[in-house]
Amino acid sequence: MSHAGGIAAVVVVSILTLGIGIWGLRVSRTTSDFFVASRTVRPALNASAIGGEYLSAASFLGVAGLILTFGADMLWYPVGWTAGYLVLLVLVAAPLRRSGAYTLPDFAEARLGSRRVRALTSVLVVAIGWLYLIPQFQGAGFTLRLATGIDAPLGGLVVAVVVLASVLSGGMRSVTFVQAFQYWLKLTALLVPLIFLLWVWMGDGSPSPANPAFDVASQSGSWADPLSGHGTDSAGHPLYSTYSIIIATFLGTMGLPHVVVRFYTNPDGRAARRTTLVVLGLLGLFYVLPPVYGALGRIYAGDLIADGRSDAVVLELPSRMIGGTLGELLSALLIAGAFAAFLSTSSGLTVAVAGVVSQDIVERWLPGVAAFRLAAVVAVVFPYVLAVAAQDVGVATAVGLAFAVSASTFCPLLVLGIWWSRLTDAGAYAGLLVGGFLSGIAVVRTFFSDGGTSWFLTFLAQPAAWTVPLAFLTMIGVSLLTPQRRAPHVSTFMIRLHTPEGVPLHRG
Amino acid sequence: MTSLWSRVLRRSHFGTEADRATFRTLHTASLASPALREGLTSTSAERSIRHLHALLGSPAVALTDESRLLAWDGIGDHHAPQAPKLAVAVAEQGSTRVFPPRELPCDEPGCPCSYAIGSPLFVEDRMVGTLLVLSPSPTAGLVRAADEVAQWVSGQLSLAELDASRTRLMEAEVRALRAQISPHFVYNSLGAIASFVRTDPDRARELLLEFADFTRYSFRKHGEFTTLAEELRSIERYLMLEQARFGDRLRVTLRIAPEVLPVAIPFLCLQPLVENAVQHGLEGRPDGGQITLIAQDRDRECLITIEDDGAGDDPERVRRALAADVSIDSVGLGNVDERLRRAFGEDYGLVVETAPGAGTKVSVRVPKYAPGVHP
Repeated sequence: MSHAGGIAAVVVVSILTLGIGIWGLRVSRTTSDFFVASRTVRPALNASAIGGEYLSAASFLGVAGLILTFGADMLWYPVGWTAGYLVLLVLVAAPLRRSGAYTLPDFAEARLGSRRVRALTSVLVVAIGWLYLIPQFQGAGFTLRLATGIDAPLGGLVVAVVVLASVLSGGMRSVTFVQAFQYWLKLTALLVPLIFLLWVWMGDGSPSPANPAFDVASQSGSWADPLSGHGTDSAGHPLYSTYSIIIATFLGTMGLPHVVVRFYTNPDGRAARRTTLVVLGLLGLFYVLPPVYGALGRIYAGDLIADGRSDAVVLELPSRMIGGTLGELLSALLIAGAFAAFLSTSSGLTVAVAGVVSQDIVERWLPGVAAFRLAAVVAVVFPYVLAVAAQDVGVATAVGLAFAVSASTFCPLLVLGIWWSRLTDAGAYAGLLVGGFLSGIAVVRTFFSDGGTSWFLTFLAQPAAWTVPLAFLTMIGVSLLTPQRRAPHVSTFMIRLHTPEGVPLHRG
Repeated sequence: MTSLWSRVLRRSHFGTEADRATFRTLHTASLASPALREGLTSTSAERSIRHLHALLGSPAVALTDESRLLAWDGIGDHHAPQAPKLAVAVAEQGSTRVFPPRELPCDEPGCPCSYAIGSPLFVEDRMVGTLLVLSPSPTAGLVRAADEVAQWVSGQLSLAELDASRTRLMEAEVRALRAQISPHFVYNSLGAIASFVRTDPDRARELLLEFADFTRYSFRKHGEFTTLAEELRSIERYLMLEQARFGDRLRVTLRIAPEVLPVAIPFLCLQPLVENAVQHGLEGRPDGGQITLIAQDRDRECLITIEDDGAGDDPERVRRALAADVSIDSVGLGNVDERLRRAFGEDYGLVVETAPGAGTKVSVRVPKYAPGVHP
């Protein structure tokens, strides 16, 4: 495939991103008209913005790659990444908004009144942010290699530089409208080529992707049957792995630092719920598409599995199935969408990580703006180095690990903090340490060595099913042992968290 | 041998025995002071009395207000019901008084509380309570000590009174700000509305409703904080009414990032700034002036600037107004600055950029989250 279209797509998206970063302020509402300025962001717009920030390289490329390689079990990833918002909607969205917290450390401080828990949550925000950034840079690296032919580490560097430049030039992330546009761009970039691809597939007589004839050698189990252990990754214990994926993705969404801050834009708890509901719809719509690419890939691009390039299936299909100018145009559209996915997610994460690093560490030595700049450089460089050093575990798998860490730490903190008035700062601290440490070991093991099929290695590859309950138990146990440490203001705080805005009540 | 060494070591580290006694006394006093700084209540008395007891070293110590027992520490609390009577007696005399055993009837043999020393506690020449010290014999030293401790407690209570009056002053200033909807503004607005009644009845009605909503917000009773959206809504009404009066002379630009509208800010902390800007921007300028209000999203903070292109001001005068100099007639600026710093910390004061003839720009930074701040 020629590189002209790909290069053009990357350049256009980069320039657009940087341009919005530099001139972003002017996109925000300018008016000399009264009664417009104090109008808050509508749930539908905010929901699109959350979708735009949330749908990362893992969703755009990784899901199709996983389904191509490992079959039906992997459908739990897109289901879980959507259903996470259902848990968020039911348990967290409105109370979190009413708490007035902007970031997760803010919530920890407001609920528990402890600087030490705040510091630990800050460390976890940085850890999860970096863990999430690594696969973004890896994915960007091979997308650029495919699009332009440059080396993968160099491609990651290009993305790192563009992200850094856009964050330092003002940050496109703060503009809700721009992020909302990103969602629709990603949806279009995936939907339009798919229509053409399905047309070609029907022209070929609609062959079934479940046909075992498409199996690549050395693959066991049936591709279309759940729990058959198709592929190699978790062949040992598919049932356990599936439940672990479900727990990690359902409970991990609420702890993603770049998603949580978006809820602050909602004017009240009710709007936060409505926003989450719309997000569920938008993500449900989007996640129908990647599995179809995975299924088509099994028919037309099965050789990618053997090359270890299954994440590229979305980008490869147009040139393989259609070819010619049309194929190249569609490829360019997909590359633009993938690149937009890296940039929006990466800059959101970079701002979240840099905010924590600058506020809690660097600002002791440097004044505000310089501190943020230095922190942003650190926030990008560290995960980039790791992305080059660590082995490529697959974009979606790495993101899945970030969800596992988030589910093992922030999920207990948020759920117990909101729904259990007996949680103490000591309990939260112990639970965060246990959950963070255990899931952290699993992450390091997965990034730096190969998988296996023994029970022990399966536990490490999919840690959520045991780390999440352990973190919950630790938090509850230690809290019950330290009843004297309950925050004095907890009942007023709980009332504020759970009383609907319409109820006339003095909340001070 | 060991004890000698430890004595030598201790002396070299902490000075003589007398020095250490002083340190101990000062430390005990410092433990009692935080509670007393909250004023004389039964809670604060109960929290401080243990330390006062340690200071005096007598069998029992009690604190009363003018007529009630607030706290008792030590043995012999069967005397506690007698405390109110003693307090009234001290109040009558107005100075330290020693009560002999016949005023403390006691059935318990060997009770060490045969004498009582009562010292009055004063705040600004007004007696607010008594410190009672009970002991087997009223030595001159103990009477002196009781007197000194009572004076020290009085000092702490006076500081508490000072804190309380500062808070009251601040609340009074907020109330003043609310009531500060200037008579001119009311008069001028009603005049402007009246001028539309015949020519444009619909507009007159609309303006009248805006006026009603504006006053309702400004006279709101409860809540120290509000959201930026609420405050801006009120500012929009204010500007609409002013524009009805000034017409094209008042040009306004609002540039608000919708992401920062839920930010919590102190009630009425922007409106006085906008009123100042309108006044300064139009003062002595027949061609009118331009007011610009911008609110930007800076990730963890929100930056609000209010700018006019009017006459400007002497920076020194503004500095004195911010330092709450009473000779400058500007409740608004100093009060807003003080309330912002109180809510968000010392880093979050007002920043005013101005010079004669160069207009005025006031910047307010507000963190999106601050502990204890919610609308």
